[in-house]
Amino acid sequence: GKARPSHSEPRGRDGRGGEEEEGWHQLYPGHIPTSPLQKALLAAGSAVVALYDPYRHDMVAVLGETTGCVALPNLRDKMKNHPEGYHILQERPRIRLSTLDMARLQGLPDGSLGREYVRFLEDNKVSPETRMPPKFVDDEELAYVIQRYREVHDLMHTLLGMPTNMLGEVVVKWFEAVQTGLPMCILGAAFGPVRLSTRKLQVLATELVPWAIRSGLNASCVLNVYYEQRWEQPVESLREELGIFPPP
Amino acid sequence: VRLWWCRCWALLSRPAWRLRARRGLAAGPEMHFGFQTVTEEERREKIYQVFESVAKKYDVMNDSMTLGIHRVWKDILMHKMNPSPGTLLLDVAGGTGDIAFRFINYVRSVRERQLQRKLKHHQNLSWQEIFESYQKDKFNSLGDSQVVVCDINREMLKVGKQKAQHLGYSEGLSWVLGNAEELPFDNDKFDVYTIAFGIRNVTRIDLALQEAYRVLKPGGRFLCLEFSHVSNPLLSRLYDLYSFQVIPVLGEVIAGDWKSYQYLVESIRRFPPQEELKAMIEDVGFFKVDYENLNFGIVAIHSGFKL
Repeated sequence: GKARPSHSEPRGRDGRGGEEEEGWHQLYPGHIPTSPLQKALLAAGSAVVALYDPYRHDMVAVLGETTGCVALPNLRDKMKNHPEGYHILQERPRIRLSTLDMARLQGLPDGSLGREYVRFLEDNKVSPETRMPPKFVDDEELAYVIQRYREVHDLMHTLLGMPTNMLGEVVVKWFEAVQTGLPMCILGAAFGPVRLSTRKLQVLATELVPWAIRSGLNASCVLNVYYEQRWEQPVESLREELGIFPPP
Repeated sequence: VRLWWCRCWALLSRPAWRLRARRGLAAGPEMHFGFQTVTEEERREKIYQVFESVAKKYDVMNDSMTLGIHRVWKDILMHKMNPSPGTLLLDVAGGTGDIAFRFINYVRSVRERQLQRKLKHHQNLSWQEIFESYQKDKFNSLGDSQVVVCDINREMLKVGKQKAQHLGYSEGLSWVLGNAEELPFDNDKFDVYTIAFGIRNVTRIDLALQEAYRVLKPGGRFLCLEFSHVSNPLLSRLYDLYSFQVIPVLGEVIAGDWKSYQYLVESIRRFPPQEELKAMIEDVGFFKVDYENLNFGIVAIHSGFKL
């Protein structure tokens, strides 16, 4: 459902005892209702801080939430109109350590999605637990969409074969920008490279970004893939199915 | 567009909650935590958690939210106190030490002036008299003044101690973990009691005031610096707008903590206004109770004497 943005007034004047949550329009756990002005301020503030300190992942997340008001509904509609995407919206799978059977995935053959995903997590020392839950999205279905986008990000790395260093992240951002249209991705893609050396910039500009863009444009929506049901599928075959060109 | 803006502004700063604003004294087990309703114990717990999480960014946030003006407020408090060397100060909810450090600086400079005057006076003394004065005077830069910083929250004290070390404050300063409602000190001990931006977070303000009275010496002074109520309607609207729209955003962007700063602005609205606080202070036994508004009532300093 949709919420009216809150104006920070308390409700529940019927004198109910016990705790009344300050989230009077709270749509999902962790939701903080915000007015348009607050969203604008958050967007501006988080953009500045994220640029200044790219390790403030929470600010990148907030930027995504506050600027996604056009892109998120588009993504949701794309998902709704696709059989697998629709399935995901219904079941709302989450990629977390508690839902993943790491042992089984590790046991899968090399080259399969599951095995490569686990290898990616180990090589880069990341964990699926580190994704921030959404706070400022005022629609709980869209909150799930952005959550799914965040959790699928590591799988993007796996599919594109990109590591989690600055260069790899920028390439993935270009791909995601084309795929999702989220302003946060576009900003990340545009401003991420400022922190790279010239040599890396060259590689980025001549090979990686054009490839990422071409793949992004060619591929069908990556959120429409029920990854949890495809762990056994070879990465190559999934790439082909989606329309991602082989990495350079 | 103007109509929309006016409506927006009206909605955003509508003080409709004031109709049901609950005051600091708990009537029964239900209390306020910002705009929520909780039990006394829950409130203490929640407030502890708020300050635990904001402790490290407390000073940065204060500067950002008040654009540095909080420093001026604290300076004014110190000037009002006008402590002389030898004063024993208890700073309750003193957390990160802002008042304590200012006290030390103030007393040090007064002491310096005292010593300078003495030196000037000494120019005309006989050798014998000068010799005798060296025996008496401990060249104590603080003149035996001392400040005890008391706070209920370990994290805040930790930050305060680190700051003291970093800034080079060691003499005349001690840190005590304690609850304003039940102070770990004997009766009639201190010359001055201060509580700056802390009494708002105390669950039973009446108890804190009683304790303040108890630990002060006869002749001692109570000083409270706290956010208060703006009576000017236009300013009040602007202040509300800023508080509710900007401050939580600052909290999220700078400290990654929206909720604590939402609590902050709500707790300010819940706190008794100037006259009511004055009455509460008088009820406990203080005399010559008065208050001074700073910045049109955004902040007020309440003062009282134990006679």
